[in-house]
Amino acid sequence: MTDMLVPFDDVVASYDPALGLEIHVELNTNTKMFCGCPASFGGEPNTQVCPTCLGLPGAMPVVNGKAVESAIRIGLALNCDIAEWCRFARKNYFYPDMPKNFQTSQYDEPIAFEGYLDVEVEGETFRIEIERAHMEEDTGKSSHVGGTDGRIHGADYSLVDYNRAGIPLIEIVTKPILGTGEKAPLVAKAYVSAIRDLIVALGVSDARMDQGSIRADVNLSLAPKGSGVLGTRSETKNVNSLRSVERAVRFEMSRHAGILDAGGSVLQETRHFHENDGTTSSGREKSDAEDYRYFPEPDLVPVAPSREWVEELRATLPENPAAKRARLQEEWGFTDLDMRDTIGAGALALVEETVAAGAAPQAARKWWLTELTRRANDAGVELAELAVIPAQVAAVQALVDAKTINDKLARQVFDGLLAGEGTPEEIIAARGLAVVSDEGALSAAVDKAIAENPDIADKIRDGKVAAAGALIGAVMKEMRGQADAGRVRELVLEKLA
Amino acid sequence: MSQLTRDEVAHLADLARIDLDDAELDHLAPQLNVILEAVASISGVAGDDVPPTSHPIPLTNVFREDVVVPGLTAEQALSGAPEAEEQRFRVPRILGDEQ
Repeated sequence: MTDMLVPFDDVVASYDPALGLEIHVELNTNTKMFCGCPASFGGEPNTQVCPTCLGLPGAMPVVNGKAVESAIRIGLALNCDIAEWCRFARKNYFYPDMPKNFQTSQYDEPIAFEGYLDVEVEGETFRIEIERAHMEEDTGKSSHVGGTDGRIHGADYSLVDYNRAGIPLIEIVTKPILGTGEKAPLVAKAYVSAIRDLIVALGVSDARMDQGSIRADVNLSLAPKGSGVLGTRSETKNVNSLRSVERAVRFEMSRHAGILDAGGSVLQETRHFHENDGTTSSGREKSDAEDYRYFPEPDLVPVAPSREWVEELRATLPENPAAKRARLQEEWGFTDLDMRDTIGAGALALVEETVAAGAAPQAARKWWLTELTRRANDAGVELAELAVIPAQVAAVQALVDAKTINDKLARQVFDGLLAGEGTPEEIIAARGLAVVSDEGALSAAVDKAIAENPDIADKIRDGKVAAAGALIGAVMKEMRGQADAGRVRELVLEKLA
Repeated sequence: MSQLTRDEVAHLADLARIDLDDAELDHLAPQLNVILEAVASISGVAGDDVPPTSHPIPLTNVFREDVVVPGLTAEQALSGAPEAEEQRFRVPRILGDEQ
């Protein structure tokens, strides 16, 4: 069946969207949630397993204290209350990705609850209410054999690797997010982005969406505009990039509207998102699958974080990313646009470190957003992966400030840095890049330029100072770029005064 | 104490993936009720001031250091598997025909 899709503008004219996001964060602990197997990514299949995470008889799980610490820190960073006492629960289901036939999770006693996170979209702040953040374990990884495209539908059988089974996960669940209207796709994206920033700042996860260490499930429903009710939702699972979150919301809004406009009712179901065309398709039917028969996990004792511990952990929280951005913008004197460009280029931390190493904020920003962004694009890498570090950028700028080199020569210094030719000073010496500070040579070059360009010289004598650029250019050419353009200008104007 | 109905037992059997025929359901439902009644006698002893207990020993915060300990090799892990392929557990088709 082909979905009837309603154009986005028509959707928001007739319906109010309600969003709900569930984000799974895989923690970067050394070991799994309930056993001492390595939690690292990318091992050979079934080499990071033991009787506990394979669910073999008699195995006894023990909670990873570090994972509880990370869970509490995430909860605090999301402005949540931290439970004084909570338990793990068994979520019973039969699916080969969990060899125990249950997932150890938390049910009605999450470790963190009732929080919020503010996100900004196009200058408007949306407060996202957090319902809960709870601890659980990841599942194994299945690959499906037979059928088409490795999909589960039509597969003949499946192969399971349990290295990932038991890796600590924190699931962060929002309350329904209302009142976002046409901004719903952007709010969803901004929220996931804000969670990722927070997780990075906390240092509790690799936070790599491409590797699945942050995964988002996107719930969406529509209700007739102004009705104030909640419609039936769909749940699009495992949306694995920020752009996909936005697209998935947009698509589901158009799809739901198509069904509702035709007088139909939306089926409450899970959907799969397809990166290639931005559509979703129906996932596994849940008939009795919601009946998980949760009960308290008898093999794990309750977790009761003391208030002292919680306060100790609160003291370790990094500055809230949004507050930090506002502070940096103020300190740096950046415009909103400067700031947006810097964040958009993935250069915020790099500029911050460059400023910390002594460079002026605008100079730091200029290098990272122009010269170095271009080089990163050429090399097909992220800015942060470029073989130039903030301290080097600050060193290059210091040499520009000292008029040892100018901006043009600085670019050649970056060439040298990327080629691993040593420190900026070594590169300047080896490549002979220093600005000529010999006044005699400069003066001679200026005289020569004036003599060769009598028309321009006359204009400047007549007060047309703007014409000086042409003479400065001629001098810089004569000096093969190795002159301080500001000093050249001074000389030109002095001689033609 | 309400009785467990035959339909509820059938539903539980279905959730637990235990295939029970009619005769077995007829046989088991009354037996389960006898067990439930026996356990229910506890409620006659424990008053409202006694909260339900999930753990018999009053312990909390039993944590493990985040230190890797050796587990099983892939060969050991797969040794009990009915079928293995590419160093992975081979399992039957997950999504069966519609029930």
